[in-house]
Amino acid sequence: MKRLSFILVSLLLASGALLWWVSSPKARFSSLEWRSLGISGDPTRGSRMFFAGGCDSCHATPGQSDPLRLGGGLELQTPFGSFYPPNISSDRVDGIGSWREVDLANALLSGVSPQGQHYYPAFPYTSYQRMKPSDVADLFAFLRTLPPVQGRPPVHHLSFPFSVRRAVGLWKLLFFDNSGLAPDPEQSPEWKLGRYLVEGSGHCEECHTPRNFLGATKQALKLGGAPVLDGRGNAPNLTAAGLADWTKADIVEALTSGFTPDGDVLGGGMTSVVRNLARLPQSDREAIAAYIKSLPPIGGPVRRNP
Amino acid sequence: MKRLATVAVLSMLGISGAFPAADAIAQRRALMHDDGIAAKKLFDMAKGTVPFNLAVVQASLKTLATGAEKTPLLFPDDSKTGGGTAALPAIWENKADFDARFAKFNKDVAEAIAKTKDEASFKAIAPQVFENCSGCHERYKAKSN
Repeated sequence: MKRLSFILVSLLLASGALLWWVSSPKARFSSLEWRSLGISGDPTRGSRMFFAGGCDSCHATPGQSDPLRLGGGLELQTPFGSFYPPNISSDRVDGIGSWREVDLANALLSGVSPQGQHYYPAFPYTSYQRMKPSDVADLFAFLRTLPPVQGRPPVHHLSFPFSVRRAVGLWKLLFFDNSGLAPDPEQSPEWKLGRYLVEGSGHCEECHTPRNFLGATKQALKLGGAPVLDGRGNAPNLTAAGLADWTKADIVEALTSGFTPDGDVLGGGMTSVVRNLARLPQSDREAIAAYIKSLPPIGGPVRRNP
Repeated sequence: MKRLATVAVLSMLGISGAFPAADAIAQRRALMHDDGIAAKKLFDMAKGTVPFNLAVVQASLKTLATGAEKTPLLFPDDSKTGGGTAALPAIWENKADFDARFAKFNKDVAEAIAKTKDEASFKAIAPQVFENCSGCHERYKAKSN
């Protein structure tokens, strides 16, 4: 009996150690590797990445309208509990003012914090991982110019087992390919730019793709439309199955003014997306529209919540 | 006897007003639908993708005015779900703000009707009308197809 319990305990400890080992956070860059890239960031170029990425939509202090006040704290309700995006202002204590460029790179590209912990994929590094290091450096330079905001939001309120942060490492093994943007097929420069903006900083698929029970996007149904995670409506199908009646010009118009071909206006979360995209050059919105218009049909129109 | 009972129950339901909620939802959806058609015409003319026509502009603005006036009255407490409504609970939690936005929309449309004499005056006042749309749609309408 004693021998059996000894074997069982050893097995438990061994499997625990194994799980601990395979779930360990893997940052893409060491500081040496980052420095050897030899890039320097430009804050003006960085503002384009900021608005393309929509950082303020989650990280701006709620209840005020300045997108550059990034105190965090907007509650994101999901089936796993509530997430509170952190303060990413330049405050050295409550924000990311003490971060180095490589810290932002590993956060965006690997979902790993400067303390070496996993970020929850509510932070959509599953899309941001496709950003170019030079764009990350530019974004860093821009973020440094923004005002410090004091105060920390609450920690996430998640139900067990999602509250075990280390378990994200196992989730990443299953669902985070960390491969960056796949090589471009033969397409126009405008299409390639559109693809980069949609699949990278734009992170459109994070709302417009259905998720499985562990909260990972179903890549085979990418951009095919999905219910919004907080239960308030649907994010439409952006593939040819959903936008068959829209021209490329219709898509550009919707992303510029919010108005749709049938006289409606984009609402809900898209309002802040349209506000942000309005700050980009017209050519960026044209590129996004070109890529979206090229998407082959996936699925059908998502049913409205009754 | 059974038939009599059925008729009695149905009439009581009718008298008690058990169906007006569905009616309110259908009416406000119809008004919004008309708003959309009118807004599209105004929008295309403001952009210049369709030739300007003063009569069409005035008629479309009047449609928006009707909508702005009647729609906010069609949100009774028992009309929160069903009937394909995209209305969010936030409407009833923020009724004062919701009504105030419609009042402002009504005022802007009235100003546009008064000031629009030709293409130039229309294009000058049009943005003021259009900027009302997203304010409500962001907060009070469920994202939908």
